[in-house]
Amino acid sequence: MAYAKDLTQVRALIASHKRWDMIFALCGMLALMIGVLTFVALFLDMALDGAGRLSWDFFTNFPSRRPGEAGILSAWVGSTLVMLTTAFFAVPLGVAAGVYLEEYAAKNWVTDVIEINITNLAGVPSIVYGLLALGLFVYQFGFGQSILSAGLTLALLILPVVIVATREAIRSIPQAIREGSYAVGATQWQTVRYHILPYSSAGILTGVIIGMARAIGETAPVITIGALTFIAFLPPAPVTAEPPFVSFEWLLSPFSVMPIQMFNWTSRPEAAFHANAAAAGFVLVIMTLAMNGLAIWLRYRLRRNIKW
Amino acid sequence: MSAVETHMTEMLVAKAESRGLSFYYGDFRALKNINMPVHERKVTALIGPSGCGKSTFLRCFNRMHDLYPGNRYEGEIVLQPDNTNLLARGVDPIEVRMRIGMVFQKPNPFPKTVFENVAYGLRVRGESSRRRLEDKVEQALNDAALWNEVKDRLHQPAYNLSGGQQQRLCIARALATDPELLLFDEPTSALDPIATASIEELMHDLKERVTILIVTHNMQQAARVSDFTAYMYLGDLIEFGITDELFIKPKMKQTEDYITGRFG
Repeated sequence: MAYAKDLTQVRALIASHKRWDMIFALCGMLALMIGVLTFVALFLDMALDGAGRLSWDFFTNFPSRRPGEAGILSAWVGSTLVMLTTAFFAVPLGVAAGVYLEEYAAKNWVTDVIEINITNLAGVPSIVYGLLALGLFVYQFGFGQSILSAGLTLALLILPVVIVATREAIRSIPQAIREGSYAVGATQWQTVRYHILPYSSAGILTGVIIGMARAIGETAPVITIGALTFIAFLPPAPVTAEPPFVSFEWLLSPFSVMPIQMFNWTSRPEAAFHANAAAAGFVLVIMTLAMNGLAIWLRYRLRRNIKW
Repeated sequence: MSAVETHMTEMLVAKAESRGLSFYYGDFRALKNINMPVHERKVTALIGPSGCGKSTFLRCFNRMHDLYPGNRYEGEIVLQPDNTNLLARGVDPIEVRMRIGMVFQKPNPFPKTVFENVAYGLRVRGESSRRRLEDKVEQALNDAALWNEVKDRLHQPAYNLSGGQQQRLCIARALATDPELLLFDEPTSALDPIATASIEELMHDLKERVTILIVTHNMQQAARVSDFTAYMYLGDLIEFGITDELFIKPKMKQTEDYITGRFG
């Protein structure tokens, strides 16, 4: 022992150094608890406030002037349809962009600039997307205040998330796999189609669902493009009795979504509506948590057969 | 008749020939004016200390360097019998890789089934007939001395195989498309001695049908498996010759120092 005078002193020294381990561990745990406990408290408070309103009728009734009869039918149907539209546009666009950037694009300053821009795009306030969409989708393209406009807006909003998730997933594929594919004479597309996309699908799906979980709670951009706060009818059904049996009229239908329904009820003076808002919030949080749970489950399922 | 005499009396046909080949990683000249033949249906070994350029040289033969930016070839690698310069601008690297197979340092099976791993090269070439795929896969696995071990688990993930089996699977994957030349990049460096022995034995059988070029870290391995050996140092080809001669009576002092362990 070069420095220590005797073993007792060394032990005392180690003990005093280890105290810092303990102090930091406690601080970290405290910091973690602040976040977790705040969420749990808010969630429980909301659940207790809204518990009385949760019933089958709450899901099957339209909004109403009488708080006891009001429900979230148009809101959850609207949210579901908007999410489907969002996924329909965001997934192919985001995955294609991510694959292009990782597998095809030359690595030079142009791709660096694009990369920085995509990261920045994820930080643009969502209301800015709302304003862009109002000018572009609602007026310029004439889609109106419709599910299509909302889906496109939210697709733009989560596009950076999908692109980044795609790139991360692709980057985790070892180079040896690519070389193995190219070595037998595969083209870039064959390599992407048979290897890159299948092996990164778990990561991509997780990213998509996390993006969607964010989009489903977005209020500002959806209000900006003119979602209704009170709507007592459903969009036209996608399936019809006459040929061709499918209809896309619902895409151009007016709509409401869960957070807007909630927002509307919280701004009413009657206390009974506040209970409705709490119940709607409870449902929205459950929907979000369910999506995140689905992401974890899918990741686990798809990763099972892939190890490097 | 000694091995040396056998080589002397046999007709040697060049399958490929490197002529004035230099290779650059950006500004760094990793290979300097390499001239050497690769004889048909023989095993040619590339030996030399780490960083001498032997893997770089090997990867020129299937244009692997084209996958990364900033790499440049000078000179030619001519493939026979059609006298094609593999490095020519007009020659598609995909065409080159369809003719020349490769086995890597670490087994790199795809995270797919055993069957799909071997069938991949055929699928890439547009083969979709189930029967023809099955025939070809069985034949390739037989050629790679793996069929008996995997015939009951063709549709299980390739990752369930042992390291040595995975490497033979990668050899089967390369063999399934009948390559004219097979490149091995230190194929046993990640394997245990028993798996190594089985791969070496396999190479011995394979040279009846296919020309082999192998990079190895291990001089004993070069002596055991190869007919010809090239010793490289710092991007230069120092000596090329019949393996037995090169190991017993090297012409160059540098080669002698390396193979006797005085250096490297």
